[in-house]
Amino acid sequence: MKIIDTFKKIFSKIPTTGWLLGIFVAVVLEYYLGDIISYYLYLPKIPAIFGTLIMFKKPLMIPSVIAYDFIIYILPIFIVGKFFAPLTNNLALMFEKMPLWISTILHLCLLYGAMHIWAEISDYRVLILKLTMISIILTISINIINGYQGEFSCSHPGFMALGAYSSSTLTLLLFTNDKLFGTALLPSFLGPWLFPVTLIFGGIVAAIGSLIVAIPSFRTRGDYLAIISLAFMFIVKSAIENLEILGGPRGMSSQPDYASLPVVFCWMVMAIWIIHNFVTSIMGKALNAVRDNEPAADSMTVNTRKTKMTAFMFGAFWAGIAGGLFAHVLRYINPGTFGIQKLAEILAMVYFGGLNSIYGSIVGAVSISLLGEALRPFELFKWIVIPLILIIIMIVRPYGLISFKELNIKKLLGSRDKPKNQGVK
Amino acid sequence: MSTLLSVENMTHFFGGLRAVHNYNLKIKSGQIIGLIGPNGAGKTTIFNLITGVHTPTKGNITLKNTNIKGMKTHEIASLGLGRTFQNLLLWRHMNVLDHIKMAHFSQLKYTLFDAFLGTPKCRKQENEIKEKSHELLKLFEINQFADQIVGSLPYGAQRRVEMARAMATNPKILFLDEPTAGMTPDELVRMIEIIRKIHNDFKIAIFLIEHRMKFVMDLCEYIQTLVFGEIIAQGTPDEIQNNPKVIEAYLGKEDLT
Repeated sequence: MKIIDTFKKIFSKIPTTGWLLGIFVAVVLEYYLGDIISYYLYLPKIPAIFGTLIMFKKPLMIPSVIAYDFIIYILPIFIVGKFFAPLTNNLALMFEKMPLWISTILHLCLLYGAMHIWAEISDYRVLILKLTMISIILTISINIINGYQGEFSCSHPGFMALGAYSSSTLTLLLFTNDKLFGTALLPSFLGPWLFPVTLIFGGIVAAIGSLIVAIPSFRTRGDYLAIISLAFMFIVKSAIENLEILGGPRGMSSQPDYASLPVVFCWMVMAIWIIHNFVTSIMGKALNAVRDNEPAADSMTVNTRKTKMTAFMFGAFWAGIAGGLFAHVLRYINPGTFGIQKLAEILAMVYFGGLNSIYGSIVGAVSISLLGEALRPFELFKWIVIPLILIIIMIVRPYGLISFKELNIKKLLGSRDKPKNQGVK
Repeated sequence: MSTLLSVENMTHFFGGLRAVHNYNLKIKSGQIIGLIGPNGAGKTTIFNLITGVHTPTKGNITLKNTNIKGMKTHEIASLGLGRTFQNLLLWRHMNVLDHIKMAHFSQLKYTLFDAFLGTPKCRKQENEIKEKSHELLKLFEINQFADQIVGSLPYGAQRRVEMARAMATNPKILFLDEPTAGMTPDELVRMIEIIRKIHNDFKIAIFLIEHRMKFVMDLCEYIQTLVFGEIIAQGTPDEIQNNPKVIEAYLGKEDLT
């Protein structure tokens, strides 16, 4: 316990800027020295995601993998974090004096830079990063309905499918020559520029589709609404399976490659920003009021029907956006993707991370996505390990890891080593 | 003194059960009216009928010359009818300040898109509401709890949060459903002071249900007695205290043998 305390003491002094700088140094180090270090440690190549795949395949490699992770990641992050803490704290103090949005953008640039360099090593990393960021959008969007609004909705894969299919249809129809929709209607150089429009179109279709679940929610709650939403998911899935124009069960393929890493990153940041704005406003807090006590909310002038509809449509909109990005990342979708397995994954992320919290959603999405990738060599056992972890979390923390905590960007980016006389304002 | 709220010949059935029969009420601005009666007489039902939780089977309800019968609860509430609940309906995951801010919902002027993008218009109004809320909290002496989750507050403070929340909707009439239920004598005295204070400061009318006779007799200028959904007596506190029908309803008939 004493060791943990000392570690906490050391780490609590490092500001977010310090951590980001450490990560940045680590990935630059890997970019230039990764090959040499992995050669001397007898690793076949640079481990893709911290070497977990190699660890399970060849247990003899475990010491070299650990050594690699230590040299490349842990040591630089720790050294930069610890020894540059006075510097980074001063930097953070300087940032505090700037308008919040400037320092936020600077930090995001640093984060994106680190991610970009990390992803340069292999395409596998690019894919994992994109899918993880899409999971973050999805998890936050389901958190609006299941966490903030408190209805147990199972229809998220359905919303995602609506978004994915509508935006894919639009891009295929407008910008590509393919066998489903024939020749392109618009010149293809417009594609990347109009990509946001197609995504938003997908989001809007998903939002309109969500009314099928939102309207019954005026009268029912809890288990019954969960069944309605589950039914909605199956309706969407079977409808797409039977629509030959959308490719039926064979799915839709060869979407243009518009969803590059920066595009997905920007959409993720935008999703977090807009959803954060909404849930911290009084209009967004109305969702919590309706969840905690509907009659009281009604008597306190809250328009409960409008609030419920907003929650569903807003959540579904972002699920649709995530679906559109998903379709353009994998460049192939079929109805089977948006089934019960996807639902289990999304629900695991949101309940693992924590209800009613954007922090929690990010933590949940990242940890379950990375865990899923890391445990890939286990194959079927993956679906034993992840649920087990989920069960343990549910026993220890019934509302998830980090629940009921608002994102506080100012505090997050602030300095951790304030001079004493300044005090806490 | 104009009539704020008038209820005429209100009757309500739950299936075959007649819960309220031919109920009449007139509240003028600035009045404090009490509603008493044994358990199960239908007092809370009357509250629910007027505030729009249920729609009465027959009868008319007018608030400031608008017919509010059949309107939705939140519409009636935003017309100026605030209420509290018998068994404390608070939002258990929210802190005290958010409770008060929430009750300003119908006064929000910004649109949904302002909320999404956090526009200056939205922020400005949110700050105004925050300041107003702090003032209300000070008035009800619960400012020190502002950042706490309601569940962790002492019972008396929770009651005051509920009342402050009702006042934040900017009501013309306040409906109080047993405001002193479960309170200690000390808290009771403070509650009487608070109700007097909001009555004087905000110049609002108050309509309250209460079981404690001392409380009702102290505060109200007019009292109605309800038994099995029907008014058996109404008048000033003195008249009610000496009315044989009221005594019979509360204590039973005198044994004549």
